[in-house]
Amino acid sequence: MPKSKSAYSIPTKKQKPDTYIFVVWVDNEAGVLARVVGLFSGRGYNIESLAVAEVDAVKNISRITIVTTGTPQVIDQIRLQLTKLVPVHKVAEFKREDKGVIFKEMALFKVVGKRNKIQKCLNACKKFNPVILDETKTSAVIQITALRREIDKMNKKLKPLGLISTSRTGAVAMTRGAKIFN
Amino acid sequence: MPKLFTGAEIVFKCLEDQNVEHIFGYPGGAVLPIYDELKNHPSIKHILVRHEQGAGHAAEGYARSSGKPGVVLVTSGPGATNVVTALTDAYMDSVPLVCISGQVPTHLIGTDAFQECDTTGITRPCTKHNWLVKDINDLSKVMHEAFRVATTGRPGPVLIDIPKDIQFAKTKYKKPYKEKKLNGKSHNKFSQDQIDELVKLLSKSKKPIIYSGGGVINSGPKASQALREFVEVTGFPITSTLQGLGAYPGDDNQFLGMLGMHGTYEANNAMHDCDLLINIGARFDDRITGKIDEFSPNSKKVHIDIDPSSINKIIKVDLAIVGDVTSVISKVNKTIAKRKNGHSKSNKSNIAKWWEQIEKWREKDSLNFVNSDESIKPQHAVQRLYELTKDKDTYITTEVGQHQMWAAQHYKFNKPNRWMTSGGLGTMGYGLPAAVGVQIAHPEKLVIDIAGEASVLMTMQEMSTAVQYNLPIKIFILNNQYMGMVRQWQELLHEKNYSESYSEALPDFMKMAEAYGCKGIKADNPAKLNDKIQEMIDYNGPVIFDCHVDPNENCFPMIPSGKPHNQMILGPNDQEEKKIKGKGKALV
Repeated sequence: MPKSKSAYSIPTKKQKPDTYIFVVWVDNEAGVLARVVGLFSGRGYNIESLAVAEVDAVKNISRITIVTTGTPQVIDQIRLQLTKLVPVHKVAEFKREDKGVIFKEMALFKVVGKRNKIQKCLNACKKFNPVILDETKTSAVIQITALRREIDKMNKKLKPLGLISTSRTGAVAMTRGAKIFN
Repeated sequence: MPKLFTGAEIVFKCLEDQNVEHIFGYPGGAVLPIYDELKNHPSIKHILVRHEQGAGHAAEGYARSSGKPGVVLVTSGPGATNVVTALTDAYMDSVPLVCISGQVPTHLIGTDAFQECDTTGITRPCTKHNWLVKDINDLSKVMHEAFRVATTGRPGPVLIDIPKDIQFAKTKYKKPYKEKKLNGKSHNKFSQDQIDELVKLLSKSKKPIIYSGGGVINSGPKASQALREFVEVTGFPITSTLQGLGAYPGDDNQFLGMLGMHGTYEANNAMHDCDLLINIGARFDDRITGKIDEFSPNSKKVHIDIDPSSINKIIKVDLAIVGDVTSVISKVNKTIAKRKNGHSKSNKSNIAKWWEQIEKWREKDSLNFVNSDESIKPQHAVQRLYELTKDKDTYITTEVGQHQMWAAQHYKFNKPNRWMTSGGLGTMGYGLPAAVGVQIAHPEKLVIDIAGEASVLMTMQEMSTAVQYNLPIKIFILNNQYMGMVRQWQELLHEKNYSESYSEALPDFMKMAEAYGCKGIKADNPAKLNDKIQEMIDYNGPVIFDCHVDPNENCFPMIPSGKPHNQMILGPNDQEEKKIKGKGKALV
């Protein structure tokens, strides 16, 4: 390794990154998603998945759910930096392992093949509330809702059974029980 | 029926309601309706710059020297892109700016129209917030909110992009709301418990140090006052970042000088060895901390900052107090006064040994340099400038580089808002336009830009602005014909390979002064330096002072790369002993 000639410090040892889910309530206005996403890319944070939609048409509030990885220090920074954005109302964050929170993603699988193959696919998806949204003699579109890694797994598993196209959402989150995020 | 106003009229009504007196700008197609309206508002004076970057820096100088937000008015496309450097600079140094840019008419947005650019997209990462006003009914609300965002909390730049058709459209005018909280975001979030904990730490500490920053300046003159009381009552040593200079008197004995990469030996060693570090309104910048792993290893760390995201960003602290410096320090002072019963005295005796140690470090006299009869040493030039101007309530701006560090080291500031320098972004070309803005805010005061010849050429055209408004700014150029800081790094770290850091064809600054219609003074003889500086000060008008200095001088002391605070290189004598050794070059 060459000698240091840098005016900047040398990177120090990094802690292990963990997966976190951020939920951000924002004013639903032009450019707000760009602000949030730009913050992530500008400061070198990671986005694994993103889900966003308006949740309150009267108050004009959108809810953004972002899955990210980072060390506790980075996660702290993400929360604090997000909170500073003017259109952001509140920010909540959860560890992926958090038992008090439900995380879900949805996926659409297009399977092409004979009936028995499609049936095999449906069986394989049984645990994840499969719904057939479209069906022809040689194809089906199957919807499932599951965790990220479960969808990853199904994605692999269905390939040999005729899966030709996958479309999936980012994760969305909701706390268990009667309480809500504050 | 209420009176209807055009968008352009509303812009000015808002500026009037926000007590704006000066705007810095440059006209163009997409802002012509606003410029057309200018004549109807005599309380607002427009300063015509020569380049939009100059407008931005001038507004920064204006804001930092006056405590009021700086206002910039530029056209669409190139007008907006030219101001990006200044916005980024203001963002890094927390300077309140409100930039109004023209935009192509709404129906042309997105069509690559003439002088169209995605201004809000380009400026999103370099502003606190920005707005594209697509509905005339939003304009007055947005304008007022822009001022609120720029000036509250940690200050910073904002931008309002106004399409030309909105400037023509008519609507009712809405006055600003009073004190509405931004999404419920209040800025003082500390509790008396935290203050009590801090006071407890103060009384226990044997080796304390206060490290103050630009946040003290931004919090207003009362913050400096409170800080002075705090330092006096505790008897603690205090050091300051580049941006914090002036918050505490530079010639006071408790002041250890600036810290960081080119800070004093005593300040950096005290930071390293202390047992209590109190950061007041600073952000542990990488020029300050040196090597993070070995930064102040044995201290309890307290961080007072208005911006929660500054806390634990770089250095983990033991006690974080989120709030405005004035409120926090005043509370601390009050708490100390309440408990005074012998406490503060006993603490002063506690730290007597610490002061002895500091005095030993001081004896190194780390800012010393070898003076010369033959050539002007740049440090000597700054010292002479200080001696001849210190009784005048002088305002100093700088460019970026060696001269900037020499100015910070050798010019002593006793009041806040007298020192305007580009610290975070390090923008060469900042000082001259900033001086223009400072002089606008303080027409009767002496304003000097301590400059380098390379930096000043980047925004030289603003001399024309100074001449137009007869602003008697003094451009004090330490001319060493090199990009001095670049040359220094090349000398110390790149085997003296002076790649492209020498300026082959510098202009004759005397002729340049003449061409601009201001006065030129040249100094190359140390014996005549005093007289020449005096001549500059006495001249009532803008001056370009071409001070030829020793081209090979380096800026010391210095923390070399990858080193902690207690391993500084001192002057030329010390250098032979401690050759720079580092691990892993990666960046720059």
